[in-house]
Amino acid sequence: MASALINVPKKAKRGEIIEIKTLMSHIMETGYRRTASGEIIPRDIITSFACRYNGVEIFRADLFPAIAANPFMTFFTVATESGKFDFEWIGDRGFSETASASILVE
Amino acid sequence: MRKQRNSTRRQFLGLAGGAAALSAVPIVTVRPADATPAMLAAAIRNVVGEAAVRPGKVKLDVPPLVENGNTVPMTVNVLSPMTSEDYVKSIHVFNEKNPQPNVGNFYLGPRAGRAQVSTRIRLADSQKVVAIARLSDDSFWSASVDIVVTLAACTEEVI
Repeated sequence: MASALINVPKKAKRGEIIEIKTLMSHIMETGYRRTASGEIIPRDIITSFACRYNGVEIFRADLFPAIAANPFMTFFTVATESGKFDFEWIGDRGFSETASASILVE
Repeated sequence: MRKQRNSTRRQFLGLAGGAAALSAVPIVTVRPADATPAMLAAAIRNVVGEAAVRPGKVKLDVPPLVENGNTVPMTVNVLSPMTSEDYVKSIHVFNEKNPQPNVGNFYLGPRAGRAQVSTRIRLADSQKVVAIARLSDDSFWSASVDIVVTLAACTEEVI
């Protein structure tokens, strides 16, 4: 069910700083909310996110319940070579999703 | 007769007051609903250890008045040349009054090019948000913003 939205420029000049935007659809249930009958809804969040550029990790994040639903993250990297970005989200209840995007560096 | 009625009323009030006091105490001690400034300080200590945190270099961009605490756009920017000798290792964001003091930890490196991260956060109350950056020389720099939240997040009831 989960789906990711990735925004990486298709082309970049060598050495250019590019912006990467990612969005993963996820409820990010905090574990602090209660139902009408007073029971606590168990926590269900994404706990970590990582981005690898041609296999090398360039960005990683630890997420907490204070991150809004459908975690959206923007960060930067230097376009060094053509290749692939791999994104990975890991969370509670065995949540694990990956996505990738390719870039052409001239 | 009249005297007895008075005394039962007094007893009843006394009992009710006692019961209220008894039930009020466990609620306060068992459920610390908010992260206190002490929890915030402890969470920061967990990250920085004994190192000094200096104000500056970090720019924390959050709207000062937030209508809906469920999604608050936040951008952290750190002044750094981002070269292989001088770069930002990580950015840590904390809050004062959510149930938990941590918001997120973001790990960058010299390959980031620009030390800037954006995301969307939740705020359970009007409060202070703190961003701390760790540079490659292991010095810590911080910025904080006070935010007014009209509709709180996290703790509301699900219908």
